[in-house]
Amino acid sequence: MSLFDSFLMRAAFAGLGVALAAAPLGCFVVWRRMAYFGDATAHAAILGVALALALEMSVFGGVVLVALLMAFIVSNLSGRGYAMDTLLGVLAHSALALGLVAVSFLQGVRLDLGAYLFGDILAVSRTDLLVIWGASAAIVAGLVWRWSALLTATLSPELAYAAGIDPKREQMVLTLALALVVAVAIKVVGVLLIGAMLVIPAATARVFAATPERMAVGAVLVAAVSALGGLKASYDFDTPAGPTIVSVAAVLFLLATVIGVFRRSRAA
Amino acid sequence: MSLVDITGLSVSFGAGPVLHNVDFAIDPGEIVTIVGPNGSGKSTLLKTVIGAQRGTTGQITRKPGLRIGYVPQKLHIDPTLPLTVKRFLSLPVRVSATEAEAALEQAGVGHLLNRQMNGLSGGQFQRVLLARALLCKPDLLILDEATQGLDQPGSAAFYRQIEQVRQDMGCAVLMVSHELHVVMAASDRVICLNGHVCCAGKPEQVASAPAYRALFGTGTKGALALYRHEHSHSHDHDHPHSHMEAHAE
Repeated sequence: MSLFDSFLMRAAFAGLGVALAAAPLGCFVVWRRMAYFGDATAHAAILGVALALALEMSVFGGVVLVALLMAFIVSNLSGRGYAMDTLLGVLAHSALALGLVAVSFLQGVRLDLGAYLFGDILAVSRTDLLVIWGASAAIVAGLVWRWSALLTATLSPELAYAAGIDPKREQMVLTLALALVVAVAIKVVGVLLIGAMLVIPAATARVFAATPERMAVGAVLVAAVSALGGLKASYDFDTPAGPTIVSVAAVLFLLATVIGVFRRSRAA
Repeated sequence: MSLVDITGLSVSFGAGPVLHNVDFAIDPGEIVTIVGPNGSGKSTLLKTVIGAQRGTTGQITRKPGLRIGYVPQKLHIDPTLPLTVKRFLSLPVRVSATEAEAALEQAGVGHLLNRQMNGLSGGQFQRVLLARALLCKPDLLILDEATQGLDQPGSAAFYRQIEQVRQDMGCAVLMVSHELHVVMAASDRVICLNGHVCCAGKPEQVASAPAYRALFGTGTKGALALYRHEHSHSHDHDHPHSHMEAHAE
């Protein structure tokens, strides 16, 4: 098992694992305009961390639980008087603030808050790696399994109903996948930057994609290059790994957008 | 047996009933049109038929294994979602390129297979929606104001296509429309809806029914005759798609 002895190798595989799951899920986040929803779920995760530490349960379990709870609260409150973005703005930041307050109540736990806010990919253990790849495999399998139904429900709930697909069930699949991604991505990029790993690779791949499938595969490539490139850059320049990974993704997005604009102006 | 049989349906959204005690049934091969003013519950009735809306009271029976092809009023495809016509036709069930092409041909737009959905004109888009609905070989084709945004010759050509499809495939057709005069001429049965069923029957009967006239006035009768006249001569509509493109672009 010499491959995983090096912390850099473990970090690289952790980054790839998250990229594999977050990128295709991120496509649905973009298509369904759920970017803020992803943020709210991620921000709530810090509350999950506090809860897990207080109850001495696994951080992964605590985060999944609170992320799911958040998702269901949002789904049930939507359409009851407040616009979705207002509602998410209230919930996302309240959850983050509550989580930070809750963490401060924990007695006798020395908590490196920065590790949860911005990720701590260089400290990924073998167990973490197993959890990350296990959850990523589950997410990818779920997306592949429900792909057609998810796409149909994304296009239009009515088209889905007419074809015998229950769009609410598909929404549930996405919500569950989102909670899992948040839980595994905390270690890699931290709660504040998970939203970026969902949205930026998908948005970058959009420029070159003609079909949803190609966009998803493209997003995985962009996310993987960002993860590996970000790690390398963070090692070379001694910068924090999570933010560097997101910065590389942002540069790729910028490049893709410029190329896209250039191509369109030549075609016109 | 009817394809769909609804008895005593009521639907409410908070403020009060949208539909009240509605009975509705459609038989194989029939073309039924629902007309009614805005807010009369037309779309709600269609949504109940496809299962997207539950009734507060009432019973719905669908023929077991009923296949529904649904053409929505409007379909917004988010610009972030890349989607070729070919890929769209394979949702949710994958079809071969040959099948896809045949369905496009049947809907009157044979040449669009590799175009992006968001690059189509309004008329082309509606016909691609129709092609997708036809691909599941429906027993029942449902159209919710499918010609919104098309001009009058465009929608007349679209509805003629529907009649053709019914002849070819033998499916029942259930549609909602504002364009009474155009649609009614192509229907076997018309249901005039305004929260409840005001009147129903053959197009001519409904058009002269007092309840219908109270809602729509008498003006549409002349237009109905005009449309029939055009239809029997069928001039300038031999090439409905090129005709429509010219208007839509």
